[in-house]
Amino acid sequence: MKLLPFIICLGFSLAACEREKRDFRTAPVSEESQEKTALVSLSPGSSPPEQEVSGKARSFEGNAYHLSQGKRLYAWFNCNGCHANGGGDSGPPLMDDRWIYGSSLENIVQTIREGRPNGMPSFRGKLPDDQIWELAVYVRSMSGLEPKAAAPSRNDDMHPLPSENRMPPSSPVPGGSASPSATAPQ
Amino acid sequence: MCRFVGLIFGVTFALSGLITSATAQTAQPAPPVAAAPSEDGQWVMPTKNFAGTRYSELSEINTDNVKNLQVAFTFSTGVNKGQESSPIVVGSTMYILSPYPNILYALDLSRPGAPLKWQYNPKPDSAAQGVACCDVVNRGPTFANGRIYFTTLDANVVAVNADTGEEVWKTKIGDINKGETMTMAPLVAKDKVVVGISGGEYGVRGWIEALDAASGKSVWKAYSTGPDQDVKIGSAFKAFYDSEKGKDLGVTTWPPDAWQQGGGTVWGFITYDPDLNLIFYGPGNPGPWNPNQRPGDNKWTNGVFARNLDTGEAHWFYQWNPHDLFDWDGINENVLLDLDWKGQRRKVLVHPDRNGLLYVVDRTTGEVLSASFYHAVNAHQGVDLATGRIKINQDKYPLQNKVIRDICPTAPGAKDWSPSAFSNKTGYLYIPHNNLCMDWESVEPNYVAGTPYIGAEVRMIPGPGGHMGEFSAWDIVAGKEVWTIKERFPAWGGAMATAGDVVFYGTMEGWFKAVHARTGEVLWQFKTDSGIIGQPTTYRGPDGKQYVAIISGVGGWAGAIVSNDLDPRDGTAAKGFVNAMRDLKNVTTKGGTLYVFKLP
Repeated sequence: MKLLPFIICLGFSLAACEREKRDFRTAPVSEESQEKTALVSLSPGSSPPEQEVSGKARSFEGNAYHLSQGKRLYAWFNCNGCHANGGGDSGPPLMDDRWIYGSSLENIVQTIREGRPNGMPSFRGKLPDDQIWELAVYVRSMSGLEPKAAAPSRNDDMHPLPSENRMPPSSPVPGGSASPSATAPQ
Repeated sequence: MCRFVGLIFGVTFALSGLITSATAQTAQPAPPVAAAPSEDGQWVMPTKNFAGTRYSELSEINTDNVKNLQVAFTFSTGVNKGQESSPIVVGSTMYILSPYPNILYALDLSRPGAPLKWQYNPKPDSAAQGVACCDVVNRGPTFANGRIYFTTLDANVVAVNADTGEEVWKTKIGDINKGETMTMAPLVAKDKVVVGISGGEYGVRGWIEALDAASGKSVWKAYSTGPDQDVKIGSAFKAFYDSEKGKDLGVTTWPPDAWQQGGGTVWGFITYDPDLNLIFYGPGNPGPWNPNQRPGDNKWTNGVFARNLDTGEAHWFYQWNPHDLFDWDGINENVLLDLDWKGQRRKVLVHPDRNGLLYVVDRTTGEVLSASFYHAVNAHQGVDLATGRIKINQDKYPLQNKVIRDICPTAPGAKDWSPSAFSNKTGYLYIPHNNLCMDWESVEPNYVAGTPYIGAEVRMIPGPGGHMGEFSAWDIVAGKEVWTIKERFPAWGGAMATAGDVVFYGTMEGWFKAVHARTGEVLWQFKTDSGIIGQPTTYRGPDGKQYVAIISGVGGWAGAIVSNDLDPRDGTAAKGFVNAMRDLKNVTTKGGTLYVFKLP
C-alpha cells in the first residue's frame, strides 16, 4: 500500500512527459514541409477543394513551447514592425477575424514562406522550416485560435492589449478583404 | 549758427521720413521674388513656388463671398488610400496623382465637368506596399518643361508628356529589397529633377539625387550618412556651429558601421532659392528609432541641408535634433522668406519642426535667428542660441526596456509633413499641426534588410486640452501665435493662403474649411465624403473664375487605422497612432475623391 502514492506520482509524471513532444534536432533551412492546401473554399464540381496535409500541424498547435518561441521570433524577425502587436500597421491586423490568405496553420506557413502580393515578403530560405511553423502557430494565437492553456500570457514590453491567452476566440472569416489598392484600376 | 541747426533738423527730418517709408515697405516678411514670381493663375507644383509659400494672389474668392462656395465638379481617384497629394493646374488642364498604384489623371478644365483627358499608369510593383511605413501615400506631381514629373512607391521617377500622357522616361533609382520607397513630390528647377528616398523605418541609408530633366540620367547623388565624400561635403561647406565642423562626422558620430543603416531619408518638400542657387531640405530620423542603440550625434540626420542645385555640394547644415530621441524627422518644410531682423533685412528659411519649435534660420549661413515654441513640449527646453543645440529634458530621455510616460510631442511630432502656407498679405505663417503626447519604450530591433528597423513600442494620447489637432496663424518676427483653431483630430493635411484673405485646410473628419486669414473665423466649410489629409490648391479656370481644389481621402500615418483597416484594440498599431485615433473609424471611412469649388 505504501507504494500506491509513488505509483500514482510516477503515473502523473509520465503522463506529463507525454504532454508536449519536442524535436531537439529540427530540420535545417534547406528542408521544407510540403502541404497541399487550398486558399479558397470554392472548387469546380460537387466536392470541396482537394487538400492533403502532412499532419505536421498537430505537433505545433496547442504547444506552449512552440507558441512562446513563435512570440519571440515574431519580434526578432520584425513581424511587429508591420503588424504591430496584432493590430496591424503597413500589414493587416492579425488579431482580428479576417484571414485574407487562410487561417489554417498550413495556410499561414505558406503565407510566411511564399510571401503575398500586396507587401508580405517571402521568408523561404531565410529561416528554418520549424521556425516558420512556430511563427505561424503564434499568429493563430493572436486572435484566440490556440488553447488558453498553451498561449502566451505576458509581454516582455509595453502591454497594449490583453495577452494572447486572454483573447476571445474569433471564428475566422475566410477571404477578408484584400488591400483596396489591389483592386484599383490597373 | 541758426542756419546750421536748421540744416541738421532738416536733414534729420528728411532721414527719418526716409526710414519710416523704408520700414513701412519692408516691415513685413516676403518671399524672394526669384523664388515666388508674380501670379499667373496656375498651380504648377505642390508648393506653388520654389519658396514654398502656397500663396495665391487670386482674390475673387474673398472673406465676404467665400460663404457662397459650391461644388463645381468631382472626380474619383479610384484608390481608397490616404490622399496626401495636391491637384496641380497648368493652362486648362488639371493633373491629379493617386496613392499607390500612382495613377496620373489629366482633366480637361475647358469642358463642362472637367472630363478625363487621359490617364497614365506606371504599374508599380505591388510588393512595394510592404515597405511603405505609413500608408501608400504620394505627395504630388510637379510640372515643368511641358512634362509632369512624379515618383512611384517602388522608387521610380517618371516624366510624362503633359499634353498626351505618353511616358518620356522612367528611371528606377531605389530598391524595395532594402526598404527603399518613394513618396515625395520632386523639385524640378532649371534642368534638374531632385528627388529623395523614403524608408526611415527600414534602416535605409538616406539620400537625395538629381536627375537630368531631359533624360532621367543621374547627375549627382548625396547620402545623409557616411564619409564626407558620399555626403558631398567639400570645400564649399561652411557650417555655422562648431558641432557641425569636423571630418567625416557622418561616420564618427555613430557606433561603428551603424551609419550604413542610419536613416536620414529625404521625403519632404524641397525649396529652392534661384539667387543663391541653393536647395533646402531636411533629412529624416536616424535609424533605428531606438536612440539607446546609436550613441552620438548621428550626423547628418534630422537637420537641414543647403546644397548647390547644379553640383549637389553641401554649403551648410544645421541639426534640429542631434541624436534624435523620438523619430523627429527633420523633413518639415523650409519656407523661404526675406524679413527684417533687428534692423537688417535677412534671407531666412522658416521651419516648424517636429520638436515643437518654429525656427527662423539665415539661409545663407545656417545661423539660427530664433526658435519659438508653437506646441506644448516637455521633452526639451528649447534651443541654446549660442551653440545652436537643443536642451534635452533628461526626465524624458528613453532608457532601454523602460516605458517613459507622457512625452510631448510624439513621434509624428508637434507637426509632421503637413505643409504650412505663408500669406504675403498678412505676413503670417499658417501651420496645420498636432497636439499629441506619448508613452515610449526603447526595445532592441534586429536589422533585417527589407523589414522594419524601429525598436520602439509607442502609444499616443491627446495632448493638453484633449484635442489632437490645431490650425494656427503665426507671427514669424514676433515669434508668437496670432490665433489658433482646435481640431478633434490631427490637422494632417496642408494649408493654402490667398490674397482674398481666406486660408483653406481640411480636417480628418472630412470638413474642408475656409477661415479668415486675420481672425481665424471659420467663414465656410463643406463636408467631403472622407477625411482630408491632402494639400489644397487654387487656380484661375479657362473661364477666368477662381477655383479651389482638394483631394479627400483619409489615411497616412494618422489615418492608417481607417485606410488600412487596423484593429483599434491594439494601441501600438500604426506605430502607436491607433491608441489616439481609435474613434476615427466611427467618424469617417475610406475615400479618394477630388473636390473642386467655385463661386456661383
